[in-house]
Amino acid sequence: MNLILKPSKDNIKTYVPIGLFLVSLSLLDVFINAFFSFNLFDFLPSQISYFLPLMLGFIGFYLIRIEFSGVRSLDILNKNINSNNFNALLTLLTIFIIIKSIPPMLDWFILEANFAGNSKDDCTGDGACWVFIKVWFNRFMYGLYPDAEQWRINTAFLILFVIVGVSFFVSEKLKKYFILFLVFVFPFLGIKLISGGSFGLEYVESAAWGGLSLTFIISAFAILFCFPIGVILALGRRSSLPAIKYISIGFIELWRGVPLITVLFMSAVMFPMFLPDGTFIDKLIRVLIAITLFEAAYMAEVVRGGLQALPKGQYEAAKSLGMGYWRMNALIILPQALKLVIPGIANTLLALVKDTPLIFVVGLMELAGMIGLAKTNPKWLGMAMEGYVFAGLVFWVICYAMSRYSQNLEKKLSTER
Amino acid sequence: MNLKKLNIENKKIRNLIPQALTVLALLSVIIYFATNAQINMGNRGISFGFGFLNQEASFDITFSMIEYDGSHSYGRAFLVGLLNTILVSVIGIIFATILGVVVGISRLSDNYLIAKVAEWYVEIFRNIPLILQIFFWYFAALRALPLPENGINFYDISFLTIKGWYVPKFIWTNFNIFLLSVIAAFIAIYFINSYATKQREQFGKQIPTTIISLASLILLPLITFLFLGVSLTFEYPVLKQLSPTVFTYAGGVSIIPELIALALALSMYTATFIAENVRAGILGVGKGQKEAAASIGLNKNQILKLVVMPQALRIIIPPTTNQYLNLTKNSSLAAAIAYPDIVLVFAGTALMQTGRAIEIISITMLTYLTLSISISIFMNWYNKKMAIKEK
Repeated sequence: MNLILKPSKDNIKTYVPIGLFLVSLSLLDVFINAFFSFNLFDFLPSQISYFLPLMLGFIGFYLIRIEFSGVRSLDILNKNINSNNFNALLTLLTIFIIIKSIPPMLDWFILEANFAGNSKDDCTGDGACWVFIKVWFNRFMYGLYPDAEQWRINTAFLILFVIVGVSFFVSEKLKKYFILFLVFVFPFLGIKLISGGSFGLEYVESAAWGGLSLTFIISAFAILFCFPIGVILALGRRSSLPAIKYISIGFIELWRGVPLITVLFMSAVMFPMFLPDGTFIDKLIRVLIAITLFEAAYMAEVVRGGLQALPKGQYEAAKSLGMGYWRMNALIILPQALKLVIPGIANTLLALVKDTPLIFVVGLMELAGMIGLAKTNPKWLGMAMEGYVFAGLVFWVICYAMSRYSQNLEKKLSTER
Repeated sequence: MNLKKLNIENKKIRNLIPQALTVLALLSVIIYFATNAQINMGNRGISFGFGFLNQEASFDITFSMIEYDGSHSYGRAFLVGLLNTILVSVIGIIFATILGVVVGISRLSDNYLIAKVAEWYVEIFRNIPLILQIFFWYFAALRALPLPENGINFYDISFLTIKGWYVPKFIWTNFNIFLLSVIAAFIAIYFINSYATKQREQFGKQIPTTIISLASLILLPLITFLFLGVSLTFEYPVLKQLSPTVFTYAGGVSIIPELIALALALSMYTATFIAENVRAGILGVGKGQKEAAASIGLNKNQILKLVVMPQALRIIIPPTTNQYLNLTKNSSLAAAIAYPDIVLVFAGTALMQTGRAIEIISITMLTYLTLSISISIFMNWYNKKMAIKEK
């Protein structure tokens, strides 16, 4: 009896078509149910018709589970999603959940969503109100930056992209100057262009900056400064001079032990107390210093990992060539150590970008902050879902691209030891 | 000889100068800040000190695990905030660990679909800033829940509404005795286990420790219920009409939406990192180990329990400790959705009321430092316990 029922190579001709039919039937039932809200097995009692697709699919998968069937596609199918009963069940449930969740998602994002119009009243469907994003798009990108001056932000970022783009195509020798320009000249040029106040440009105070462009500005500057500080702290922690070593350890552990939000609070309310009466440092700069020092501590730990992973022979070889401390580190140790920890560096930079929305605690509003502002606007109440889904998508694209790029870089730079 | 001595001294001096300069620079910055702070505080008529902790706080906190109202002191408010921080961190750590382990193992599943779904879960939730996820759950997802009168009903014992999740309240009599019996059960389990280990190592006797442990964990508390006067009743939440249009639930415990949103976002976000650690840990156990275990006749469960997990845990624990620390620190984002954690209660409200920026920020930072250091000490101890013991 068992021999006849057990699917095997002998009865493949009968079992596989029946099995495939049952699986397709179960998928079709769920599909029709999800998209057209019509139940194929309506004539059965509700408890049975509810579990019927699962049962049919399960039996179907059992029937087509034939080891070494000789049919290549069947073998691949069985190996990947149908290796045993438990896996077949998981597969079915996953597929059902995916099919079930597509229609509501599709409805909300596209079919029932509203794209045309200028106010909340134009949103009549049950889906998302993308009008909200459309109307506020400018604010989400530029914050409260005056409309007439937004070309300055655009120009700054355009120059950045052009320089980066061109630097991929020029020779190695020229590339060096491009990078030097990007690191040492452009940031200050760009910030001057955006803040204005000279060259006939109108002054725009930093409180008006905001939106996604502020995210980029803060991330770029923090990345720029936290990297060298982190390297110095890492070297300090590995130093043989006790005073420098313990000061570095204390500094690193202090920042790593507290959450960024308290550091930002500190920069907002405690730091002004430490300055002479009457001195005022711009809020944006204070925040930038706080984020930079905070991330530098994390960067230092990443770099230290690289330094520790380097074989001792590298240090000894450099010293035996008569190199001093700084030349040894700059020419031999750091280039190798940094290469080893590219994933860690990328993760720290990613964390930095993901941390930028926290600046809302001091009243600066980048993308997430602007959405918080827009959703509390009396004319646009109830738009939180659209706003945060949009912001989530934007951040996800940025962060995912960064992590992919770092993975590629890691592969490209990896050298066999 | 003389030259050599000179050289050594030279080196000593060469080492001393940068250190002295660094210390000097640090000291001068500290002194500069301290003098400025003193002048500024003098101008505002406040003096440095922690006496304010005993003053009446006169503000309310929406959610508190200990008795608190406006008449209590700032010190008590600090404690309320700290307990709330610990509560959300513990909940987050538990759920993040469960979810992280499940997702991490799923990523290694030989089922293509499951592995892919787990992979996309990690890619999606890891790459969206945590604060946005908290906002999403709090302002978008949980706001879509029904009002109390149409709350989602779980068999009439629990209700999920826009105002929070109402769950039954446990009402104990003689809770102390019950607690003691649980502690006693754990102590008994400890001794049974060490006795069993001794028996196994000396005489090769196998004692079914799992069953005995489970039995003592169930039986001892059960005895207290039957003979020692411990009893447990539930107080269920009941819908109550406050006015023609306003409803609420009376009785039971209300879990505020801030806590749900925060715990949900924290655990889903941190789970992605834990999942990656788990995956790396299991992949890090050499294939030869599994093959060797199989060749001496261990079955699949034994291989996982006796060979793979002990080795994988050694790889998993250190980075996961870091994630627990991160979760605890990230719980400070509570301030963004007004969950009354230590940052909101103490560094927010209390600071605004007293204006004592330096004291309050320092206390808050020190608290987090202490929390961080204590978690890492505990985890280091655990790590040491798990480390390879060479015989």
